[in-house]
Amino acid sequence: MADATQPGDGDEPKTERRDFLNYLAVATGAVGAGAFLWPVIHSMNPSRDVLALASTEVDLTPIEVGQAVTITWRGKPVFIRHRTEAEIADAQSVDVADLPDPQTDDERVQQAPWLVMVGICTHLGCVPLGQKPNDPKGEYGGWFCPCHGSHYDTSGRIRKGPAPLNLPVPGYEFTSDTSILIG
Amino acid sequence: MSSHSAPTFKNPMVRWIDSRLPVFSYMHAEYGTFPMPKNLNYFWNFGALAMVVLVVMILTGIMLAMQYTAHIDYAFDSVERIMRDVNYGWLLRYVHMNGASMFFIVVYIHMFRGMYYGSYKQPRELLWLLGVVILVLMMGTAFMGYVLPWGQMSFWGATVITNLFSAIPIVGDSIVVWLWGGFSVDNPTLNRFFALHYLLPFVILGVVILHVIALHVTKSNNPDGIDVRGPQDTVPFHPYFTAKDSVGLGVFLMVFAFFVFFAPNYMGHPDNYIPADPLVTPAHIVPEWYFLGFYAILRSFTDDWWFFAWFMSWIMDAKLAGVLAMFGAIVVLALLPWLDTSKVRSCRYRPIQKWVIILFAVNFVVLSWVGGQAAEEPYVSIAQWSTLLYFFLLLVVVPVVGWIERPRPLPSSISEPVLKAGGGGMAGATAAKMEKS
Ligand code: HEM
Ligand code: FES
Repeated sequence: MADATQPGDGDEPKTERRDFLNYLAVATGAVGAGAFLWPVIHSMNPSRDVLALASTEVDLTPIEVGQAVTITWRGKPVFIRHRTEAEIADAQSVDVADLPDPQTDDERVQQAPWLVMVGICTHLGCVPLGQKPNDPKGEYGGWFCPCHGSHYDTSGRIRKGPAPLNLPVPGYEFTSDTSILIG
Repeated sequence: MSSHSAPTFKNPMVRWIDSRLPVFSYMHAEYGTFPMPKNLNYFWNFGALAMVVLVVMILTGIMLAMQYTAHIDYAFDSVERIMRDVNYGWLLRYVHMNGASMFFIVVYIHMFRGMYYGSYKQPRELLWLLGVVILVLMMGTAFMGYVLPWGQMSFWGATVITNLFSAIPIVGDSIVVWLWGGFSVDNPTLNRFFALHYLLPFVILGVVILHVIALHVTKSNNPDGIDVRGPQDTVPFHPYFTAKDSVGLGVFLMVFAFFVFFAPNYMGHPDNYIPADPLVTPAHIVPEWYFLGFYAILRSFTDDWWFFAWFMSWIMDAKLAGVLAMFGAIVVLALLPWLDTSKVRSCRYRPIQKWVIILFAVNFVVLSWVGGQAAEEPYVSIAQWSTLLYFFLLLVVVPVVGWIERPRPLPSSISEPVLKAGGGGMAGATAAKMEKS
């Protein structure tokens, strides 16, 4: 603004060529710094090798009816449960409108006997109990999270407790009748 | 008493340096002749103690970092190796581990001192704000440090706390993946936490330096909360406070040493001696004791709590409410200088505020206690009422008390009550009689 090259002529300061150059220089610097900020931030996001390990193939043949296994996918536990007829019937008979996170059992499975979901409580991320035969399974016969007391049903839907959502179903596909590819 | 009375040093080497880089003059002005109110009590030791602990943490931390391996397959074993094989590794680790607890004890007392004697008030608002910034940085540092040994509590504490960010609407989940550098707490997470755990203490050191610079502009408050009127109200930092701080330091180091040598794991959690297992959650996840008060606030917000249901449930879910309240608890502390409407600083002369602050401190202890209990009755209700009390005291009671309270008459100067209390001698003579009001 009013500097040595611009004698005060009494008028209010005008935007001169020199100011324009100043703004331009500052703006260029800001854009440059901003452009570097993104690589810095993005470098903390999952890297390519982490993403490359992002899918897992599972053979279902050894899992008997009524059994459950836990496998690791992207470092997280995935619950695979071979459900019994009774468990399936239970899951399908629920009145969806009453659920905290309404979802039918059909929306959560591809083949009724096989329930596949990420075994991480939607409250604050503990691993619910219910995979092993003598684990507590909660009031709805599915899973029970001991951290703050969330109960999940035989479709992995939240029924009671602080967790807001159902246990998430990961993207997966049946690559044959007896194996699935998760991720 | 002017801090600019440049001394003439006898040693020619010192003089040579000082005329080029006045570090000696600076130390002399800020820690030699620096004027301290003569009525300070032992609460004024805790700032110096915090400084000592910070130095101890940085020193032991760097030595540990030379032996530690930040990889999920080796971290736990490398810490066990420090404990068993590294010369005095057990000592370094126990000092570092218990040092974190000592740091928080000291800083919490230091903050209580500030609240009780009104040190946050004009003209020391910025000094107080920098203190709150230090507290936040300490929390981040301690949280990430606790993840490094990669035990069960490390892993699950990290999981629960990072998951808090998923409560943020829309971008929450992306933020969590970004924090993790993956899809769960994993090797990239451990690596970045180590890098940040190394960095943050130096950031803390930087802010501490600003804190001290600000302090040396406004100078110390005192138990009477009145301004220094002149040299008759002060004594030089050296030898009076170098000596008094040393006494406090001696006592403090004995307490510290007691924990390090006789109860090194008393303040820790045994589950952290079990290696991290992403597939098994411990039955009862608890953070370190110094976070429990804030953790209790976080957990108080459940769907069935009447306060949440009436006032908050229509704009946000309980998880977000809990997260906001937890961070809000620190924000209100930062706002304290503007929430307190009274002109009088010290609670010695504030008959109502005195009990408000004591109640606040007791309530914080209660919160810290319930934060460590299982999430069941009666603890949930206690935590919820204490949470309300925390905010109610700071946001409502403190401003109102400032208006309605009639403060007791202030002494006309710092030296007046000192002399009246029979400290003996003349003004400026015995400085050590600091316990009497
Ligand atoms: C503000 C100061 C600091 C605080 C509050 C702090 C806090 C902590 C805590 C709570 C732990 C976990 C202790 C355990 O359970 O084993 C820890 C571990 C660790 N810290 Fe720090 N720390 C600080 C400064 C530093 C510095 C400056 C460094 C290195 C330059 C460092 C390096 C380490 C290392 C390598 C570990 C893992 C070894 C172990 O678990 O004992 N720390 N820190
Ligand atoms: S994490 Fe499962 S109930 Fe809180």
